[in-house]
Amino acid sequence: MEMPAPNASVLSRKDQIVSRLQAVLPANAVISDVTETRAYECDALTAYRCPPLCAVLPANTQEVAAVMKICHDMGVPVVPRGSGTSLAGGALPTADCVILGVAKMNGVIETNYPDRYITVQTGRTNLSVTGAVEEDGFFYAPDPSSQLACAIAGNIAMNSGGAHCLKYGVTTNNLLGVTMVMMDGSIVDIGGAHMDAGGLDLLGVICGSEGQLGVVTEATLRILPKPEGARPVLMGYDSNEVAGQVVTDIIKAGVLPVAIEFMDRPCIEATEAFAKAGYPMCEALLIVEVEGSDAEIDAQLALIMDIAAKHNPVELREAKSADEAARIWLGRKSAFGAMGQINDYMCLDGTIPVSQLPYVLRRIGEMSKEYGLGVGNVFHAGDGNMHPLILFDANKPGDLELCETFGADILKLCVEVGGCLTGEHGVGIEKRDLMNVQYDPADLEAQMAVKDVFDPAWLLNAAKVFPLDSSEARRAAGDH
Amino acid sequence: MTPQTEQDLSDLIKGADAPLSIRGGGTRSYAHVAGDTVDMRAMSGITLYEPGAMTIVAKAGTPLTDINAALAAENQRLAFEPMDHRALLGTKGAPTIGGIVAGNISGPRRISVGACRDFLLGVRFVDGAGNIVKNGGRVMKNVTGYDLVKLMSGAYGTLGVLTEVSLKVLPNVAQTACVMLHGLDDARAIKAMSAALGSPFEVTGAAHLPQSMQGDPITMIRIEGFDASVKYRADRLRDLLKPFGEATLQIGETDNGYGTQKGWAWVRDVTAFSDQPGDVWRISVKPSDAADIVAKLDANAVQYDWGGGLIWALTDGGDLRAKLGDFKGHATRIRGAGDAPVFHPESTPIATISAGLRAKFDPRNILNKGLMA
Repeated sequence: MEMPAPNASVLSRKDQIVSRLQAVLPANAVISDVTETRAYECDALTAYRCPPLCAVLPANTQEVAAVMKICHDMGVPVVPRGSGTSLAGGALPTADCVILGVAKMNGVIETNYPDRYITVQTGRTNLSVTGAVEEDGFFYAPDPSSQLACAIAGNIAMNSGGAHCLKYGVTTNNLLGVTMVMMDGSIVDIGGAHMDAGGLDLLGVICGSEGQLGVVTEATLRILPKPEGARPVLMGYDSNEVAGQVVTDIIKAGVLPVAIEFMDRPCIEATEAFAKAGYPMCEALLIVEVEGSDAEIDAQLALIMDIAAKHNPVELREAKSADEAARIWLGRKSAFGAMGQINDYMCLDGTIPVSQLPYVLRRIGEMSKEYGLGVGNVFHAGDGNMHPLILFDANKPGDLELCETFGADILKLCVEVGGCLTGEHGVGIEKRDLMNVQYDPADLEAQMAVKDVFDPAWLLNAAKVFPLDSSEARRAAGDH
Repeated sequence: MTPQTEQDLSDLIKGADAPLSIRGGGTRSYAHVAGDTVDMRAMSGITLYEPGAMTIVAKAGTPLTDINAALAAENQRLAFEPMDHRALLGTKGAPTIGGIVAGNISGPRRISVGACRDFLLGVRFVDGAGNIVKNGGRVMKNVTGYDLVKLMSGAYGTLGVLTEVSLKVLPNVAQTACVMLHGLDDARAIKAMSAALGSPFEVTGAAHLPQSMQGDPITMIRIEGFDASVKYRADRLRDLLKPFGEATLQIGETDNGYGTQKGWAWVRDVTAFSDQPGDVWRISVKPSDAADIVAKLDANAVQYDWGGGLIWALTDGGDLRAKLGDFKGHATRIRGAGDAPVFHPESTPIATISAGLRAKFDPRNILNKGLMA
């Protein structure tokens, strides 16, 4: 993975930059010692590491603005960081950058139940947003797997999804307003507690811009009343094709489950060995969850079980209690950990049209044999967001590179069948060089034009998302 | 000018030496500006519809009726419930899907399922320099690159002319019920709607009409789904809303044609104002601010949707914003004329960003010139 050479002028001015940052932040909020900056050298894409010039941990919007202004004035690149859980390298530093971490900014600013929103500082973790409102019967809907750790700032940057987005949508559908610090240090409020934009939908383009347009410090999020109850069913099938057909039939029948999760045999086997959730050994397993009152759940599940039964399931299991429901989810939720027990793995997240599931799974199986690397598939089937986990051995020379090539082939396949490179993890550096597979130069040009407006000098997280050769002229023009 | 293809449109824009007025069905007259009319209706047709993937892709000039017919055949629908502006604005023509997307046109269900922009999965458009651009795609989860899809929805063609859109659709519902409270004042009605929307009973519409068809205030709360489920939730809601009075209940349709479908279409299209003279404004605020805002308006009539978050106001004319002063939200003039801009003036930092984007996407300022800025 190529990264641009660090700006020598910035590196040579490190002491000066650090002392200016120290002048506007509390003493413990500027981290410049080389042993301590190592803590920020990577995010959850651990294969790539680079310690930053320094890291800052501001406590509020004004401190973020002060940092941004200094970096802007001194021509220093900034890489924003939420909780560092990005699987795409979205928070990977460059050697000449200031890491701007929002971890200290984790407060709740306002909770409003009549109008159904919460305003938080964006360093707050996803799960603790729900934590702040659940006693009063509300929740924040987007639920990425990393929700215990991941920050709202990162969720907004990556437009994170989760298992339940089939019904509730992803971050962008639940974001009402932001306070954002621009690269030049100015503060802008966009949206609010009301619905939709009066002019251009700037909120829509900021969400998912991977920290390249500004640093979002506060967010107003839609909260929803908790459903009366939820219940999952588990179904096992002899083939991926049949399981894929079941997914399609459920959706066509007019039921809208909150989640439809899919696991294939390699993943089921690994998960059973690890978590012992009592899953049937079969080719494909589906977990379908519906919500509502008991009577509503009964009615929806009756329809779903009827469809499921028509396709000759190996097993069909409805949770009869909270404990049984937890056991059904246990394996799914431990799947990544289970795969990690077997080997190092790379997690992809291309999305495909649901109708292409059987074909894509078959092709991935064939490619797995060609590359000699195992793959487990666990993903959100209702919306076609796949998560192939490619197993490799990080200690074996050449294995990572082989795995990356295999991964790129899978993502190309996703695009070829009408899907996309990334459904919820973001492009970061991981998929950056594949952007040309999905987008023509004019498409990328239109996106980069947006960054030109928000960050004309291309100082903010600039080496991500766009292939380096596409963005080279812009980044070079910004170099002081 | 009637481009037949995306390439035609690109050539037309490249060759334009005067402002262009972009037109679909021409039903939203507040968004019409002077210029050579670009009629998008020749670029029509559903290019892909996969009911099992809940996805439809159509060329921008496709009439909404074609989309609705295709979806109905598979028992699906556009869940954001786009408003039909014709009666209110006295326009003819057939609304197109491109026009709906360009205006981010949503109806009462916006409060629960989201706006048009929330269902928009992908776009193709031609920008003001004639470049053909695509963004997003046809899958439900897609974070590949910047989300220009949202940016294009609600830009009213000022950043680019839409040529194709792809949308997420949802299953149709078996049954609709409307729980109705009677005689509430505005502030009390908004409290009732907040209670309903804050309940787990999946309310998909919450509107308050200070003057109903019968003349008295009515507060309408909609529930949709399976028969048994709708009945159950309606009963629970009536219990919950007891402090606001005895609620009446309408389930499904009636013999005289005044059932839930017609009632909600009446709310959606602001039919109450259609045969009354005056300007019509659409104001988005947070629901608990709405009654105070309305008190300042001195309007001839108002209607609340989205649990109070959307106010429709009928006025004698003039600049309604002047009466409101600085408030959190925005007001758009949907009907009427005058010096006040149609779209809400933006704060200086936002106006600067918007102007920057317009300069990038429409450098010659020829697409619906002057409409939004």
